[in-house]
Amino acid sequence: MARSDVQLMLGVKSGDDSSFELLLRRYRTPLVNFLYRMVRDGAAAEDLAQEVFLRVYRARGQYVPTAKFTTWMFRIATNLALNALRDGRYRQMEISIDQTGADHSADGESDQPTKEIADRQASIESELIQRDRAEQIRRAVESLPEKQRAAVLLHKYEELDYDQIANVLGCSESALKSLLFRAYETLRVELAPLIKTQQVSSQAARFGK
Amino acid sequence: MNCRDAEKKLMAYLDGKLIGAERRDFETHLAACNGCQERVAGFQSVWGVLDELPVVTPSPAFDVQVRARVQQESKKRVWGWLVPSPRVAFAITALLITSIWLSSLQPGKIAVPRSPMGSTIQSNEADFRMIQNLPVLENYDVLTSFDALSEIPVQPAAQSHPLNQM
Repeated sequence: MARSDVQLMLGVKSGDDSSFELLLRRYRTPLVNFLYRMVRDGAAAEDLAQEVFLRVYRARGQYVPTAKFTTWMFRIATNLALNALRDGRYRQMEISIDQTGADHSADGESDQPTKEIADRQASIESELIQRDRAEQIRRAVESLPEKQRAAVLLHKYEELDYDQIANVLGCSESALKSLLFRAYETLRVELAPLIKTQQVSSQAARFGK
Repeated sequence: MNCRDAEKKLMAYLDGKLIGAERRDFETHLAACNGCQERVAGFQSVWGVLDELPVVTPSPAFDVQVRARVQQESKKRVWGWLVPSPRVAFAITALLITSIWLSSLQPGKIAVPRSPMGSTIQSNEADFRMIQNLPVLENYDVLTSFDALSEIPVQPAAQSHPLNQM
């Protein structure tokens, strides 16, 4: 049976390196994805994700399992991302992405094989359409205000509960629901062309919780 | 329930967190309100569309870099515990260097002030020679009335009386 995050973190606290290694494996991809969607740059996302792991390691001595590990970890990640965005550290990189399209996820021009395109044998046309859709989705998510974006990412992709996200963002649950409502409402408008296509091709999905 | 109330409950409804009477109220409103139906369907579609965003895979160097940074942190911690600040580090280093320098000096070269009382006088040969060479010993008058010298240890025949050599 897999050890829980808290058990692993207590292991790290007691000096067990293998516990840290398991946490690293468990959360490297979610963290890098969350940070990538926050700061819009692959290298910066990895740098920040490393910083998150380092801070988790540094704080091991003071770790007390009062809150969920993921809440604590994503709070560190969110604060790092928001600070990085506010001090403009990655502004240049954002521009370069927008100008060159050198995006790890949305196209294939990146040097690093960072996207997960499974072994699909799609035609060039359908692949281009898919890329274009992904690019539009990415832009729609990125255009959200920082806090709304973080809320949607934690809600949709990390599947954190309301109380966890509220804790990460430092707001009440009702404020969070309002934040999420506004974010999804904006996305509904921004992604309207894609939604119509999707409704024709497949049934509308329910929220996954 | 009006549309404004429904908006507040919408997220909880879609996440399956709306239960009992609240859920029934929401669904009653939904059945009668085209605008809210459209919004619910739109949110569900957005949820599906967001799944199309590709997942980014960390680079192969990621784990190695994390391990290296953590390892560096561990080392820093050890030294940080031993040497809490650069000033203290400098003081400790200076003290060590001074200690090594002092210990490298020969004992005879260190001018140690000695008490005139015999209890502090060493009986080894080096000390004896030092006493022999003290300028005060050149003055015979001083020596004859200098009681403390009676406590100087007696040496073998050739050196037994330092004054004989002068």
